[in-house]
Amino acid sequence: MTLNRRIFLGSGAAATAALAAPMVFAASHGKPHVVVVGGGAGGATAARYIAKDSNGDVAVTLIEPSREYYTCFFSNLYIGGFKQMDELGHSYGTLAANGINVLHDWATGVDRDAKTVALAGGGSVPYDKLILSPGIDFVDGAVEGWDQMAQNAMPHAYKGGSQTELLKAQLVAMPQGGTFAMVAPPNPYRCPPGPYERVSMVAHYLKANNPTAKILVADPKPKFSKQGLFEEGWNKHYAGMIDYIGEDFGGGNVSVDPNAMTITIDGEVTNVDVCNVIPAMKAGHIAEVAGVTDGNWAPVNAADMSSKVDADIYVLGDASEQGDMPKSGYSANSQAKVCANAVRGALTGSRVFPAKFSNTCWSLIDANDGVKVGATYEATDEKIAQVDGFISQVGETAELRRATYEESEGWYTGITTDMFGA
Amino acid sequence: MRGLSRSALYLASVLAAGASAAEGLGDAERGAEVFRLCTACHEVGEGARNGVGPHLNGVFGRPAGAVDGVRYSKSMTRMGVEGLIWTEETLDAYLENPRALVSKTRMSFRGIDDARDRSDVMAFLRVYSDNPADFPGAEPTATGTDHDLDPEILALQGDPEYGEYLASECKTCHQASGMDDGIPGITGWPDEDFVVAMHAYKRKLRSNPVMQMMAGRLNDEEIAALAAYFRDLD
Repeated sequence: MTLNRRIFLGSGAAATAALAAPMVFAASHGKPHVVVVGGGAGGATAARYIAKDSNGDVAVTLIEPSREYYTCFFSNLYIGGFKQMDELGHSYGTLAANGINVLHDWATGVDRDAKTVALAGGGSVPYDKLILSPGIDFVDGAVEGWDQMAQNAMPHAYKGGSQTELLKAQLVAMPQGGTFAMVAPPNPYRCPPGPYERVSMVAHYLKANNPTAKILVADPKPKFSKQGLFEEGWNKHYAGMIDYIGEDFGGGNVSVDPNAMTITIDGEVTNVDVCNVIPAMKAGHIAEVAGVTDGNWAPVNAADMSSKVDADIYVLGDASEQGDMPKSGYSANSQAKVCANAVRGALTGSRVFPAKFSNTCWSLIDANDGVKVGATYEATDEKIAQVDGFISQVGETAELRRATYEESEGWYTGITTDMFGA
Repeated sequence: MRGLSRSALYLASVLAAGASAAEGLGDAERGAEVFRLCTACHEVGEGARNGVGPHLNGVFGRPAGAVDGVRYSKSMTRMGVEGLIWTEETLDAYLENPRALVSKTRMSFRGIDDARDRSDVMAFLRVYSDNPADFPGAEPTATGTDHDLDPEILALQGDPEYGEYLASECKTCHQASGMDDGIPGITGWPDEDFVVAMHAYKRKLRSNPVMQMMAGRLNDEEIAALAAYFRDLD
């Protein structure tokens, strides 16, 4: 199934782009034209809201290479066996049916003077406003011994889809009593609780299917998101299974050997059966190509998510450097709606309302044991600044934890409907 | 099928009981006719069983979503837990527009517009409550009736366009269609119910921390704007 999809994707993208590219120029008919690069929580939401709210007064093109989008959020629940891969896949058909020109191609360059985006399939697309929402890429050389050529031996599984399926397949194939290793990433990175929810979901699977197996986590950070909640859950549900090596015990001093399937933590070599390497992250490559990054990320103005170096380019979600918001699908979706309101206002004179941002991250520790952390944010001159927040507490009742998990399921349907339409 | 015949069967007893038991409500005899709208899913009377919906014996005074063995919507169960009791007032509101009271009820019924029809069918149902002579009248419920909000706050006219923008934040979780997949639908609510609920979160009277946080930074005008927008969302 996965193989077929990949083959189809590879051969189909170029052909479709060749057909579609000449149409782009004619599509706008003198209307202002917004080009969105990246069809995830930031880009799909921004494209949908601009098209929906402008009632046809703004032409919107969405450039996204995947024909089917697999969310990275909830992918840990697939690893734990709580979701099927099909449930995480979403097509762009409804966006297309709602007037968005969905172009399945890679954006390979941005000419900021000519205001055009170059496509891998040939040709280019002009824009009045460009929204970049490319998600993340990995920092070269972040984990010694690992590069993208090693990602089949040691998956990152930190972009949804084939990598997630690969990691699950390797987990299922682990020998009894084997070792699952994770190299956790340094800050800042996509989905702060994500690696630890993944540890929980792997443990949940192993407890039922491979109870003598071990999980070894090497973490370069001194502390992590929802740490108290995860540690409580790990002790309660998975006692003795998880060996967590934090910064204080050399968790940041790590190298891997994908051929030998070993991990070396602070000089100690361990043979492992599965090795989930989540390297340090940076903005998706096109942000760097467009020249809007400073270091690993793209600095933006908090009021509208516009780039600090180009007023006609906006950067959403994980790729942006905006201040206090965590890199998450929820954050990207929130930022997209503020940005869409501002972009539409700039192009059509429609009312622009003050920026309000929010985020909530739900995590599943074991079946019906859900926790959450959230905050609201506002735009200041310097950054997106946190206003208020909450976090689940240790010792909560089973009923509340179940309700929190059920709420997260409602959120998943809600946000994916908000991104892709219904 | 069973519901229908059972209903016809009990018509006779209603005719006898109606005159004395339904004083002040409507006409139980006429209500038995109106109840035919309900019989595809509901039974009432001796031996009544749960079907698609719960049996309706003793419905007055019963908490919402409380009959064992019935698959209720999460909305209905939650409303029951939060204190919704079926009384003359709440049942009247539910029968008029089920989704306005219980946002994602599984009861797929458009409602009864005519106030007399509702009164009559309640008179009919009252016959089958334990204490038909003194069932509860109006009690405070989870609806907009139980609050001490300043009337000036309730009187605010919201700006729907601002409401639409603010609502985009809500739609990350609450679907525009009103569907409930774990998070309740909030469309089509009467303004007052919406405003009362949001202020209850803002004042931390309602418990969900996400909603306390979201409502906590909305001012009175913004809450009114959201109410105006979601009210008219189909």
